[in-house]
Amino acid sequence: MRSSAAFVFTQERIVIVITLALFVLFSATLSNFLTAGNILALIQNVSILGILGVAMALAIIGRGIDLSVVATMAVSVAWVLQLSNNGVPIDLAILMGLGLALSIGLANGFLVAYIEIPAIFATLAMGTVAYGFVRSLLLDDNLIYLKGASDTWFEWIGSGQVLGVPNAVLLFGLVALVAHVILRITVAGRFLYAMGDNPVAARSTGVPIRPLILLQYVTSAAIAFIAGVIAATSVDSVETRIARSNLVYDIILVVVIGGVGLSGGKGSIRNVIVGTLMIGVLVNGMTIMNVPYTLQNIIKSLILLGAIIVDSIMNPRDEQTSQQGDI
Amino acid sequence: MNKHMLATLLAAAIGTAGLIGAVRAEQPDDGLVNESAAAMKGKKVAFVPIAMGFDLTEAWAAGLKHDAESLGYNLTIRDPNWSVDAGAQAFSQLISEQPDVIVVHPPEIQAYTRLIQQANAQGIPVITMNLKADANGDVFIGANWYDIAVKQTEAIVKSCGAGSGKSGKIAVMQGVLTNPTSQYGIQAIEATLKQHPEVQIVSNQAADWDASKAHAIAVTVLKANPDLCGFIGMWDNMDVGIAAAIKEAGKTGQVALVSSGGGNQASACDNVANGNFSTYISYDAKGQARDLMMAVRSILQNKPAEPGAKAYALYTPLKTITKDSNYPGACWNLDDVKKYGP
Repeated sequence: MRSSAAFVFTQERIVIVITLALFVLFSATLSNFLTAGNILALIQNVSILGILGVAMALAIIGRGIDLSVVATMAVSVAWVLQLSNNGVPIDLAILMGLGLALSIGLANGFLVAYIEIPAIFATLAMGTVAYGFVRSLLLDDNLIYLKGASDTWFEWIGSGQVLGVPNAVLLFGLVALVAHVILRITVAGRFLYAMGDNPVAARSTGVPIRPLILLQYVTSAAIAFIAGVIAATSVDSVETRIARSNLVYDIILVVVIGGVGLSGGKGSIRNVIVGTLMIGVLVNGMTIMNVPYTLQNIIKSLILLGAIIVDSIMNPRDEQTSQQGDI
Repeated sequence: MNKHMLATLLAAAIGTAGLIGAVRAEQPDDGLVNESAAAMKGKKVAFVPIAMGFDLTEAWAAGLKHDAESLGYNLTIRDPNWSVDAGAQAFSQLISEQPDVIVVHPPEIQAYTRLIQQANAQGIPVITMNLKADANGDVFIGANWYDIAVKQTEAIVKSCGAGSGKSGKIAVMQGVLTNPTSQYGIQAIEATLKQHPEVQIVSNQAADWDASKAHAIAVTVLKANPDLCGFIGMWDNMDVGIAAAIKEAGKTGQVALVSSGGGNQASACDNVANGNFSTYISYDAKGQARDLMMAVRSILQNKPAEPGAKAYALYTPLKTITKDSNYPGACWNLDDVKKYGP
């Protein structure tokens, strides 16, 4: 129980404090840090991570996890580029790619909701299946360039800007806002919290658990597709090998570090934004300082570890709060 | 299908085979042609790439497939799909299968060193492709990474050095730090820049060969150094991310980007033509495929008495591609290489 009188150091607040401290430190010591251009660049660089974080948060809040987001993102958008390079009109190609992403989400949801495979295994397997299937049957190459639809509105999605603000930043904001509204205001959103908090109780009070799980994974796949489109149009290519990278751990990290509990039912989109911004500020500052790559990784992990340690000291686990890891 | 049709087909097949046999048999022996064909026919050649599915390995494999078909040797490709462990496993499995030559594409300098020595000790010749390992094996075919980085640095000095009127600030984007490209490349850049103190490295980062990571770093570096003069990138597939960041900043043409790679049309010449890359050093993977075909032919006909005892190198002739030297045919196209051979 949180007391309302005293200021409580929740994990989210600890991360906010660390982020602000880093922000002040970098602003004071680095001459090029505190400029509008750099702050926008900072957010732009983590916007894909943040959007994927939103997808992951939806899965985790509903007491699931989606380890296939990166594979879904890579293969569905790679297919869009390949189709368009082969002469398919870009709007049709987008629809087909979105269809592919949604079917991966649907398959995830079906495995978790109806076959009752734990989400961690179902989505892990599904990510590999989706990558292998699409890579071997639909794609010619690991790396697909954006050629067919270059210099069109499609390319503008990830590389353009509105009033000086990069589109990637605006789209991150939009996706986060829509997800926030859905979680806070709609019935489906409230049901998702109920299901994440206590699936058995939610079910006995009449929440349609199985269709909700289906919806949860389809939504996360759709968001992954959006992230993929932005990523692909910002570097004019998709490297499907990213499906096999460590990116998925970074995504879980920004979600959990921001304060979304892995046990489900807890947290909000604000947590994702906080976690994402912390990584963004840290990496941006270190890049400006030209800290060597290996050292950057060490510092990043130490600060994240520090945040978790501070949280364990400030908010000790007890019987009620220690039921984490039940994913 | 009825019996009559089958018989007709069979007769036709036999007839055709006989015809081919007759044509082949007509070639007179010039003293070497039959002997060399016999030396290669039925031999076993094995290839362990870092992964299939990207331009370099696909081009090399296309060359080997072409020869396997025309010369009648057996080709095995074990694809570890970017996993160093799976690659090492495939390699040691191949050693026990005793092929006549093993072609490897080492992901890191150290990863396959022991296995190359082991294969040689078992009497199997080893060809290493493009990335130099600590053990030489019998033949190395590939780029001289030091030389590439020297050429890249010289190109950037031309754009940013004395007399250019630019700031002289440059940034370096490495790939994976344990890779020979980075290890020898960064030494070459630093050594070359010693003679050009007016050119300074203001950022030296690594992006894991990932265009998105390279993009993120380049966006930050361009914001933090508004007077940046140029980037040195270490692989075209990653460097498109830097190019996108330069384009976003509206600085295409002002900020130089010197890249390198295997020289396929989509990654290299197209990017030079559209101004993404100002200079491109190509190690022409199509030419390497041809070198590999010839090295395999040579080893199959003339197996080293003691594999691994005397290694030799076929460093790839490099091509410098700029807008001025981007002639038709400076690059190659993977579909064509697959279809018609290197």
